[in-house]
Amino acid sequence: MTGIAMPKPDGDVLARRAEIVRALRALVPGEGVIDAEVEMRAYETDALTAYRQLPLVVVLPETVEQVAAVLRYCHENEVKVVPRGAGTSLSGGALPVGDGVLLSMMKFNQVLDIDPDNRAVVVQPGVTNLGITRAVEHLGFYYAPDPSSQIACSIGGNIAENSGGVHCLKYGLTTNNVLGLEMVLVTGEVIRLGGKHLDSEGYDLLALMTGSEGLLGVVTEVTVRILQKPETARAALIGFPTSEDGGQCVADIIGAGIIPGGMEMMDELAINAAEDFVDAGYPREAGALLIVELDGPEAEVDHLLGEVEAIARRNKATSLRVSTSEEERLTFWAGRKAAFPAVGRISPDYLCMDGTIPRKALPDVLTRMRALGEKHGLRCANVFHAGDGNLHPLILYDANQPGQLEAAEAFGADILTLCVEFGGVLTGEHGVGIEKRDLMPEMFTEDDLKQQQRVKCAFDPKQLLNPGKVFPVLHRCAELGRMHVHKGQLPFPDIPRF
Amino acid sequence: MPDTFKPRTAEETRDAVQWASAEVQPLEVVGTGSKRALGRPVQAGHVLDLSALSGIELYEPAELVLTALAGTPLAEIEAALEAHDQELAFDPIDYGPLLGRPAGEGTVGGLVACNLAGSKRLKHGAARDHILGIEAVSGRGEIFKSGGRVVKNVTGYDLPRALTGSWGTLAVATKITLKVQPRAQTEATFVLTGPAGAEATAAMTAAMGSSAEVSAAAHLPAGIAARLADDGHPLADGPATLLRLEGFGPSVDYRFEALKTLLGGRGGVVRVDGDASRALWRAVRDVRPFVGADTLVWRVSVAPTAGATFLADLAETVAHEAYCDWSGGLVWVSIAGADPCANAVRDSVARVGGGHATLIRAPAPVRTSVPVFQPQAEPLAALSARLKAQFDPHGVLNPGRMGS
Repeated sequence: MTGIAMPKPDGDVLARRAEIVRALRALVPGEGVIDAEVEMRAYETDALTAYRQLPLVVVLPETVEQVAAVLRYCHENEVKVVPRGAGTSLSGGALPVGDGVLLSMMKFNQVLDIDPDNRAVVVQPGVTNLGITRAVEHLGFYYAPDPSSQIACSIGGNIAENSGGVHCLKYGLTTNNVLGLEMVLVTGEVIRLGGKHLDSEGYDLLALMTGSEGLLGVVTEVTVRILQKPETARAALIGFPTSEDGGQCVADIIGAGIIPGGMEMMDELAINAAEDFVDAGYPREAGALLIVELDGPEAEVDHLLGEVEAIARRNKATSLRVSTSEEERLTFWAGRKAAFPAVGRISPDYLCMDGTIPRKALPDVLTRMRALGEKHGLRCANVFHAGDGNLHPLILYDANQPGQLEAAEAFGADILTLCVEFGGVLTGEHGVGIEKRDLMPEMFTEDDLKQQQRVKCAFDPKQLLNPGKVFPVLHRCAELGRMHVHKGQLPFPDIPRF
Repeated sequence: MPDTFKPRTAEETRDAVQWASAEVQPLEVVGTGSKRALGRPVQAGHVLDLSALSGIELYEPAELVLTALAGTPLAEIEAALEAHDQELAFDPIDYGPLLGRPAGEGTVGGLVACNLAGSKRLKHGAARDHILGIEAVSGRGEIFKSGGRVVKNVTGYDLPRALTGSWGTLAVATKITLKVQPRAQTEATFVLTGPAGAEATAAMTAAMGSSAEVSAAAHLPAGIAARLADDGHPLADGPATLLRLEGFGPSVDYRFEALKTLLGGRGGVVRVDGDASRALWRAVRDVRPFVGADTLVWRVSVAPTAGATFLADLAETVAHEAYCDWSGGLVWVSIAGADPCANAVRDSVARVGGGHATLIRAPAPVRTSVPVFQPQAEPLAALSARLKAQFDPHGVLNPGRMGS
């Protein structure tokens, strides 16, 4: 891909490679250290596959002690470390650096404790998101955040990205469902945050770790809360003439005090791509399709579905189907869940963007996005989490056509800037990574970014963890510490005092 | 006589903090001062009073979002929400009466600084789970913002949450954006009379593990239940286990019946509806049973099933009165006399699997001499200190509040 530069590898570290590999082998025995190029190829990219970079060496520790020893060694010897879970990051968050260790946590794959009485599960970070639900579903429980990649992504990665999913409007994001962590600081010190109790003490470092994109520490154990499965879940499939009508329906549902378990929208291009792919019975003629899922006791779900229907009719719904069986409900979702691969069939390539906007801005943002598409000469299919304003525009392009990749990237940057302009944010769930790193100044001032980097300095003063990600300009911690001092100035006369 | 700064804007707040930082003149940050008696007494010669930074700046009911300046009274926010049938779902505790002050004095800044929550913490989380964005002034006197006004946002570190519960020691919040929620149309409380101790815990565990969607679960032993009954709440004088149900009318009825099937065999069942239910939960939330006494009060957070075992363990060494909220996970402990028995309380917490204990009500000299907040293990304490040093290198924001 173009445009996004990674930090220049440190020649001194590259020259010490043999020595570093030897030292790491002493810390992680057997096959836990991989330095052959052909084997390291498996790690050269994450799910943002346009970027590739071989790491200096790959390390797969099996114990907390090994993680601590590797980090301590790297810290003492100024070697960078990129932590990695399943490598499904869509923003390049797990992209290796050429002069750094790639620390894979995938051998940490055990469910350690299932505690239904406290509605908590303790797992190692390499367990997949769906793996947690699988471990507790026989007890009638589930883990609520469910990113689309839940079959593959690891809970450690979910914490790094504060992952969401279709349920998060009602049930919250990763940050609302994590109770505790054990983690290793870059110095090799092991700390524990929270536990099975509901609130953690002291500064809310759990909040800082969740969504920190691997820049603050390496998670070695996770305690999550689990929820009792709702008695029933039913979905309504509602077609609208335009996305604007669908957007208004979403606002009216929430205005009526209804918080659905999931509320997803697709535009015409996405509807047809999905229908071609999975034959879900979507209304092809609709300009927008809304899936509203209600869950809870049957009496409640029936009651609310009636209200949702009435609201949809008032908003010019052209078609409306309510699932009558679990099988039908899953079919409704199948199209939505397959939207990305479905769009992949109608275009040689696509870029998946991820921005969030206030819901009410949806009609205006969609209009402006169409204009941007014309400007860049590319089509865009829209799939979004309508309940919470999280957009996933899929920009269609053909990498074999000269200039199209650049146009797609420019289109994507324009869309994210547009999100910020309307009071939204650059990323709702995929993370900043390398992909949106250089757009950070669109949303934050220099002072805003300085505070963010001060967090980094408290955790990782040498800035060795996952460098090149999230921040467009790296300030050295000492440099950030300087302060403009007004020594001798009088207390401010303008401020009222008593 | 300490100087009090009363800024009217974020810029004036910054100017005051810049001066304090340059001159190394510590500030006590307050709104209305309603929670001044919480935490360790602050050692500062000056006061930064945010009460003039007040007003709701944005409230969009259909977007479920509200932005207010830090000094905005919570009462004003709650009234605005109520007019649209919305609420702060985390049901923040009002510490006023417990601390010997009037009810309803708090501000949104205090809500965030102390990460308040109420009985509905169990289902809906605390203030930290509902904050979306923040504008603040760091201890270096720099205005910054973080987060936004949308629910899904992973752009940069989550500073809004990190500042929530930091007791004003990292930065001074000047503006706060919160997620709000529709208020339940109806509510009812399922009261199970009879079971106590481990049996009550088992009842709450069964209810929370069912699909009845209980939003709060508390257990009151006989003496405490009697005290609330004396206050006019519809409780008998024996032990009472309370389960709160909220939602649409037919759903609440259905779930009430489901709980009856599940728990009816374990004791008597009483139904408390509507306003009486709300008032009962307000009393539980605001620690009404211990209001007006001169005992020392601890707030103990443990795993929900550990609440009852914690109390049994503590009873071996310390005479106390107590009740549980959060299905057993939050224990309010009242100890008579001048000694808060900090080590005994914390040793019991450790013996039942860990958690933390905070000394909520005690005279200032006691809160100065005993660690009010749970002491942390060395590497974690050092990390917290580094974070404080990054945001407030001269230690001018609420020094001493969280630790000596």
